[in-house]
Amino acid sequence: MARMNMIQAINSAMDVMMDRDPNVIVMGEDVGYFGGVFRATAGLQSKFGKTRVFDTPITECGIIGVAVGMGAYGLRPVPEIQFADYIYPALDQLVSEAARLRYRSAGDFTAPITVRSPFGGGIFGGQTHSQSPEGIFTHVSGIKTVIPSTPYDAKGLLIAAIEDNDPVLFFEPKRIYNGPFDGNWDKPAQNWSKHAGGEVPEDYYRIELGKAKVVREGGDLTILAYGTMVHVAQATVEAAGIDAEILDLRTLVPLDIDAIEASVKKTGRCMIVHEATRTGGFGAELSALVQERCFHHLEAPIERVTGFDTPYPHSLEWAYFPGPVRIGQALKKIMQD
Amino acid sequence: MTGDSRTNMPRLALHVPEPKFRPGDAVDFADVAVPPAGAQPRPDTAAAPDSFHDLSYTLVRVLDEEGQAVGPWNPRLDPDTLRQMLRHMAMVRAFDERMFRAQRQGKTSFYMKCTGEEAIAVAGTMALHRDDMTFPSYRQQGILIARDYPLIEMMNQIYSNRGDKLQGKQLPIMYSSKDFGFFSISGNLTTQYPQAVGWAMASASKGDTRIAATWCGEGSTAEGDFHSALTFATVYRAPVIFNVVNNQWAISSFSGFAGAEATTFAARAIGYGIAGLRVDGNDALAVYAATAWAAERARTNAGPTLIEHFTYRAEGHSTSDDPSQYRSAGEPTAWPLGDPVARLKGHLIAIGEWDDDRHADMDREVAEQVRTAQKAAEANGILGHGLHQPLDTLFDGVFEDMPWHLREQQAQMMAEEEASGRPWARKEGH
Repeated sequence: MARMNMIQAINSAMDVMMDRDPNVIVMGEDVGYFGGVFRATAGLQSKFGKTRVFDTPITECGIIGVAVGMGAYGLRPVPEIQFADYIYPALDQLVSEAARLRYRSAGDFTAPITVRSPFGGGIFGGQTHSQSPEGIFTHVSGIKTVIPSTPYDAKGLLIAAIEDNDPVLFFEPKRIYNGPFDGNWDKPAQNWSKHAGGEVPEDYYRIELGKAKVVREGGDLTILAYGTMVHVAQATVEAAGIDAEILDLRTLVPLDIDAIEASVKKTGRCMIVHEATRTGGFGAELSALVQERCFHHLEAPIERVTGFDTPYPHSLEWAYFPGPVRIGQALKKIMQD
Repeated sequence: MTGDSRTNMPRLALHVPEPKFRPGDAVDFADVAVPPAGAQPRPDTAAAPDSFHDLSYTLVRVLDEEGQAVGPWNPRLDPDTLRQMLRHMAMVRAFDERMFRAQRQGKTSFYMKCTGEEAIAVAGTMALHRDDMTFPSYRQQGILIARDYPLIEMMNQIYSNRGDKLQGKQLPIMYSSKDFGFFSISGNLTTQYPQAVGWAMASASKGDTRIAATWCGEGSTAEGDFHSALTFATVYRAPVIFNVVNNQWAISSFSGFAGAEATTFAARAIGYGIAGLRVDGNDALAVYAATAWAAERARTNAGPTLIEHFTYRAEGHSTSDDPSQYRSAGEPTAWPLGDPVARLKGHLIAIGEWDDDRHADMDREVAEQVRTAQKAAEANGILGHGLHQPLDTLFDGVFEDMPWHLREQQAQMMAEEEASGRPWARKEGH
């Protein structure tokens, strides 16, 4: 076991997989010599060489299209999109190509690619370095979406994603790269050294895709969250003294519906928390599923706590961010009903 | 299937570009070809693009080693205009120094300098008409300065403060000013290229007289938007000027990752059948002359021009990176095309229209103007010190009219603020 932050854990996952499988390659803008703008690929090029870890031209469409082609040859590419906000030029290659290749060729070709991309706000990145576009991709059939909330999960999930034979979008919550974040932006930043999730094996291990994790057991209500918001939700319920059960979904597609159903049927209340905008967000899908499957167990309407339906602002970042106050008000409401 | 091959055939090998120098390496730019100033022909502005392909592979240069302006591209500017150009460039540099320091002092979240590239935006803008439209990338602050946009407005935006006309909505330096013919900057790369073409097509379709100019870095010529823009521009002969600022580095990726090992960026024009020029980007007079030439082509319906400005990014990409991690510290000083401010200064001195004392006075004056503006801007607040914008502006501008769901969310936010007692709300009495 070693102490790692999330960047180191992600780096370790790629390191381990490149050692185990010569078909794993890493590419993206600035990922080679420099080791990535967040340092996630630091040291990989010097260890595995330029033909397995390389910088790319600045064309996200090109990066993903090339990854699909490499996958067709038999490689297992792990392309990085430097910020999730820059992924849109790659939409056609992801949606029309990677996600549909297995289906349209009846399994003749597949796209075993894992697209890593830092996402989410809380770093004063403005509208081009803060977005949470996961809902755009969960809407697309044929692509998996994974979002870790700790270094331990990040490594195990990334290894499973790289080994997966279907395309996986691996969104990394950059606000918690260096430490968990409870949503109180004016308090000193935490690091991972005291968090159980910062204990990470140096060797290979997998966390199966499609499995949620109960990060806090409780009986009052169920909170469904992922990424940064797992920590914000947890800190908020602890502060409020509410006995919430918190499920870290970890994989949005395929979703651990059994875990969700079991928890909501137990607690009778369900709150969904995500940083992404509200309308058509993944929370809407979760809400629909819970209503369909747990309606007769619900004692209160399902609550959604989300970012607002505006672009991510720069100076008013903390008014936008679904922090402890927004979650706290929703908690009051759902517990009163 | 991986690795299978016929043993009697030669093995394929993947080429991955590598820059010549990395941290610690001694720098020698001897292989950067620098043709003599004045040696390049200047075609008629009505000439067919395929009659001057050579100009996509050389460097159009005007200022020679003695500081004289020579050859057919000499724009023959009067001394007052030259001094104005020099002052704008010095202002850009002083502004950059000050704002970079402000970011380091924690007064804002982000800043980007254009050190070494001042001639490109300043001289290019001076060669355009005041009402021509510009679609910049994030490193053309020189456009605003050359158009006398108030420094305090730029700083208000950088600080996301009460005076920020963009309501604190954008990352610092992502300016926008319709009044100054300056399109809203996006953080996404080269999206402005097809937009400039669209503006130019609209201007042409209306029988207007205004043209459009746009800028991107050499790294972002890889984006699909660049190629879409050039295709539209050639198809419709749009009155647009494409500037590619080849400053050698895209964050840590050298220009080879955008194709510079194989050809020039100006030569991208050739495949599209549009006019291409490759220019010494540190020679303000060459930049001016090339832009004026391209503008004349555009204004006479002779079509678009792509200008590669060959230059060097003397500092980091932004306040978020440390260039000593990925390139040799010796590169900026070894750059064979020198410093654009020093070269224009040298020219003015060489023609007897300037001296060191006047230059020092000018530097003091621009620094003082920047300091004064900064003080005034900081009186409007700096990022992180309190809430500078009324909270409800968060919802302004998503749509022209606010739909019910945004009104509901806005009310929710105000209720949260009531409930929160956030220290940032208290600091400035909101």
